[in-house]
Amino acid sequence: MKILYLFRLFYRELKTQEKRITLTIVALAWGTFSIVVLLSFGEGLNRQMMKSLHGLGEGICIVYGGQTSKPYKGLGKGRVIRLQEDDVELLKRRISGIGLISPENDRYRNNMTYGRKSLSERVIGVYPPFEDLRGYFPQRNGRFINDLDIKNKKRVVFLGTELKKRLFGEEEAVGKRILINRIPFLVIGVMMEKMQNSMYSGPDVDKAAIPFSTFQTIYGDKYLNRLIYKPKDISQSEIVKNDVYKLLSQKYKFDPTDKQALNFWDMIEEEKIMRNIFLGIEIFMGIIGGLTLVVAGVGVANIMYVSGKRRTKEIGIKMALGAKKRHVLLQFISEALIIAIIGGTAGLLLSFIVVELFKVLPLEGDAADILAHPVMSLKIMLLTAIILGVVGFLAGVFPARRAASSNPVEALRYE
Amino acid sequence: MIKMKKINKIYGTGASKVEALKNIDLEVKENEFVGLIGPSGSGKSTLMNIIGCLDVPSSGEYYFGGESVENFNHNQLAEIRNEKIGFVFQNFNLLPYATAYENVEIPMIFMGVKAKKRKSMALELLDSVGLAARATHKPGELSGGEMQRVALARALANNPSLILADEPTGNLDTKSGDEILAIFENLWKQGHTLVVITHNPNISARAQRIVKLIDGTIENNGK
Repeated sequence: MKILYLFRLFYRELKTQEKRITLTIVALAWGTFSIVVLLSFGEGLNRQMMKSLHGLGEGICIVYGGQTSKPYKGLGKGRVIRLQEDDVELLKRRISGIGLISPENDRYRNNMTYGRKSLSERVIGVYPPFEDLRGYFPQRNGRFINDLDIKNKKRVVFLGTELKKRLFGEEEAVGKRILINRIPFLVIGVMMEKMQNSMYSGPDVDKAAIPFSTFQTIYGDKYLNRLIYKPKDISQSEIVKNDVYKLLSQKYKFDPTDKQALNFWDMIEEEKIMRNIFLGIEIFMGIIGGLTLVVAGVGVANIMYVSGKRRTKEIGIKMALGAKKRHVLLQFISEALIIAIIGGTAGLLLSFIVVELFKVLPLEGDAADILAHPVMSLKIMLLTAIILGVVGFLAGVFPARRAASSNPVEALRYE
Repeated sequence: MIKMKKINKIYGTGASKVEALKNIDLEVKENEFVGLIGPSGSGKSTLMNIIGCLDVPSSGEYYFGGESVENFNHNQLAEIRNEKIGFVFQNFNLLPYATAYENVEIPMIFMGVKAKKRKSMALELLDSVGLAARATHKPGELSGGEMQRVALARALANNPSLILADEPTGNLDTKSGDEILAIFENLWKQGHTLVVITHNPNISARAQRIVKLIDGTIENNGK
């Protein structure tokens, strides 16, 4: 049957059942709108959370010392295990699965002075790979600490975004000298803005990073606060983690099965958990939206039932002229689908407008950062289209089956 | 063309049981013009429906063009109606929202004729009943006689071997009725087989053979 003819039929139905069809289209549009907007906000939330989770670093593992809980080779339990700088070299040399690695030590309440401004801030000492590990990316015309800085124990500093603002305001910082505990340091870079929801000892944007070697000449720490590594291949992270544990257990002589001797903060595992949580949220939202659409679908089915009853005579005539079951089915299903398509398109358009509106809305604050970034992905649109299609089809198919199985003689007699 | 042996049609069961047709034996030959008459309630329409494959008998044998229709399913019956039978009803049964030519197209749509060919054939058929000028009018804009001529054009759409008409002039004035009758005669001369239920003495007068039904049985089979 030709499309135009179907549209004509639909148009005629629209005229005779105007209010009912309009209401159903509105219901479908609203259902579509709810599901798309729900999922878009869910997707936006998901992406923002992931982004800020990655603010701490993508696929990294942070290792801290600990305290043994098992006796081992004549050594009692309760021994404190502390990491040392040469562990970095050892791990890098012996475990091929490690991609990047850096130690990190920090100090609070360092006096930091620029011009007449004096602040009390945090300083960390790190290796160059720290840049990629923890996302300390420089703004243009700046750089992070490099190997030469380490080798020559240079007094150079890389400033966190907020720290730079506190110290310099809008003024250019790179190339200027500041005093840290009265020792002059050259500013070599300023961090790019970043979102971060996981942290230890404060947000990165508030810290100042200096070469580890320089840090040691000032403070002379015997032990590391922590070390950070990233496996070459994230899928091998469990193996690498085990290797690290084993190697360090040999060096520090503790039972490799003693889970308290070292502490791991495994971002890879954390990310996995996050992803599952978000999948759960997404499914939950999808179900809510889907149920709304099903309610609208009942409306479509209702219309098709009424329409089928009103058109009994027409169906009878068509059957007398040779319409097979599938012709009647096709007509009804396609009409239900037309209603679903119109309602769905309207709903999609409306959600698109709302999602776009949120992009230009001047929303600020932490909550807005996380929540107000809806993303209308292809996945969401496809999912909605599929649900709408199924709803439209089901809403059409049951009334259609009833219409198609009517007795032609009785249908012809119907007035 | 048509052969019926001991056809019975029973509606309902128990106390409300109605025997609409009792032991009908009927044969219609190729290119016959048969008039079916009888008082209302005599079973004419039931017989028509069975002949037209709109309904199936409760018992008995029915052959259409040599084929036993007995075991045909819904779709096969629809195919016979579509390809071999052209229906003309007393109340025209045109689709009110479709134009004259679109109404004529309907049987061709179900047969799967391509749109372009469908349209040209529909216009040709309308021309043959003298309604070429009315092709784009909807039924509401046509007179009774014109509507019935559209219905006739539609009945001829797939060039059926049998034309079944149920009181085709029942709702028409004498003049329009005569026009329709003229077309019927013409069709008969062209070789179509016609079975017409009628109260119109003009039609029964021109029919080759009259079958009279009373109380579900054939009382008179011949002229």
